[in-house]
Amino acid sequence: MSLLSTHGLIAGYGDMRALHGIDLVVNPGETVALIGANGAGKSTLLRSIMGLLPVAADMVQLDGAPVGGTQPHRMVQSGVAIVPEGRRLFAGMTVEENLRVASEHAAAPQGQPWTQERVYDLFPILREKARTNVENLSGGQQQMVSIGRGLLAQPRVLLCDEISLGLAPRVVREIYEALPQVTAQGTALVLVEQDVGLAQRASQRLYCLLEGRVTLEGRSEDISRDDISAAYFGASHALD
Amino acid sequence: MHWIEGIVQGILLGGLYAQYALGMALMFGVMKIVNVTHGDLVILLALIGISFADFAGLGPWSVLATLVPIGAAIGWLLQRAMLNRVVGNDPLPSLIATFGLSIALQNAMLVVWSADTRSLSGGGIQQASIEIGPLFVGVLPLIVLICATLLTGGLDAVLRFTRYGRSLRAASADVEAAAMVGVNPKSVYATATAIAVGILGFAATFQAMRSTVAPADGPFQLIYAFEAVIIGGLGSIWGAFTGAMILGVSQAIGFRINPGFGILAGHIVFLAVLAIRPQGIFQRKS
Ligand SMILES: Nc1ncnc2c1ncn2[C@@H]1O[C@H](COP(=O)(O)OP(=O)(O)OP(=O)(O)O)[C@@H](O)[C@H]1O
Ligand SMILES: [Mg+2]
Repeated sequence: MSLLSTHGLIAGYGDMRALHGIDLVVNPGETVALIGANGAGKSTLLRSIMGLLPVAADMVQLDGAPVGGTQPHRMVQSGVAIVPEGRRLFAGMTVEENLRVASEHAAAPQGQPWTQERVYDLFPILREKARTNVENLSGGQQQMVSIGRGLLAQPRVLLCDEISLGLAPRVVREIYEALPQVTAQGTALVLVEQDVGLAQRASQRLYCLLEGRVTLEGRSEDISRDDISAAYFGASHALD
Repeated sequence: MHWIEGIVQGILLGGLYAQYALGMALMFGVMKIVNVTHGDLVILLALIGISFADFAGLGPWSVLATLVPIGAAIGWLLQRAMLNRVVGNDPLPSLIATFGLSIALQNAMLVVWSADTRSLSGGGIQQASIEIGPLFVGVLPLIVLICATLLTGGLDAVLRFTRYGRSLRAASADVEAAAMVGVNPKSVYATATAIAVGILGFAATFQAMRSTVAPADGPFQLIYAFEAVIIGGLGSIWGAFTGAMILGVSQAIGFRINPGFGILAGHIVFLAVLAIRPQGIFQRKS
């Protein structure tokens, strides 16, 4: 049985509908990439899953049970965590305090629990910066805190929204090299990523969104560049 | 001498204002709620306390011990039943809701307790004073100041060092992000308001002991709390404490200049701070 799935998921903002029936499946321990142009609805999809936008109960299922529209903090308790777009750290609090808030409200861990020490082992620079307020960190360091916070929620599936955005290539590599250590213990990942090549390499399966619909899905290694560009920009564009 | 005495009196008075201001600073800092019922809740608790003393024979310290949990329960209920529905980025809905509740509360108190002024007997402690150097200092104001300092320090420590304090600071920094790491914002808020109104249990007891209370007095207490919080800087705990001291000293010195000028002097200092440093004296940069 799939760990997390969406079924004809429809969501939007007020009268504006941003997603028009999304079917997504995430299996335990797998890495799923979610790509698509700006405004395609990737963040909206993650936010809907997380309970940050209103959706009908049966549109999101966890372990086969309907959980759509569940409050975010309850989703965390059930094992779903998010590394949100824009990092969203707690300003005025130190790195350590940011991490601690997450571990103090975490789900019951499956297998070896994530600890602050393990997060510091994953991103050693954070150990040095433990007592620094997060607003004084570089963008890459902030992203590491945000990922660490997500991990300390002890998720079974971690939704990552553009964790490479605005970071130096070296830092992006460092962060992506850490991801296999996350999936190694059975945590599934959903990666929203602008860099299509990176998304393809880092994932087993891939979904492409265009204007609120899935235009392509498949095994990442089987999908060709042409398929992706057709799905990414729309068929009309590919025919040009 | 005259002035030193004024300043000491002002600081002691500031102790009471600090007890008003703490809860308001907490609620504003976390939820951006300006609770207009703040002063009415002081009066409500004071009247409840006086009734307990009258009908159950409780002494002032038993009244205090009773009013703090009652205040906390009222605060929790207020948040759960009403404020959690209106809290949000826009401060206006909560302002309107608490404004309406304030009027309703004043009328309800008038029905139950009538317009009479009442006070709480302290068993002689109101008259007691001790000699510190050349000054005579009232025992009750001194107790009030010590309580205010301990409450401020205690609340600050809770915010800094406890699990609840961290979740509250996280929620005030970014409430949605806090929810994304498992914090339940509504329950953090309910506890914050419970703490805020629980502290008013102290303020209510001391206000009823040092002076008199009547159902329509709430708005005055609200203004003092509000001024102290603004002077100190919105949302900062020690800022509210210091703001309360500044307000108390301004009033005491104003009173020395001319007895009719005391309260007005406090308002003038408040307006001056608003004009010169609208973010408050102690506001951390955001
Ligand atoms: N808060 C909001 N209010 C109204 N409309 C929104 C809001 N957030 C997003 N939208 C709209 O919803 C649609 C999907 O946006 P979404 O943020 O999900 O896209 P995205 O794929 O994450 O894009 P990006 O790559 O830029 O992050 C867009 O048309 C966007 O303009
Ligand atoms: Mg996005």
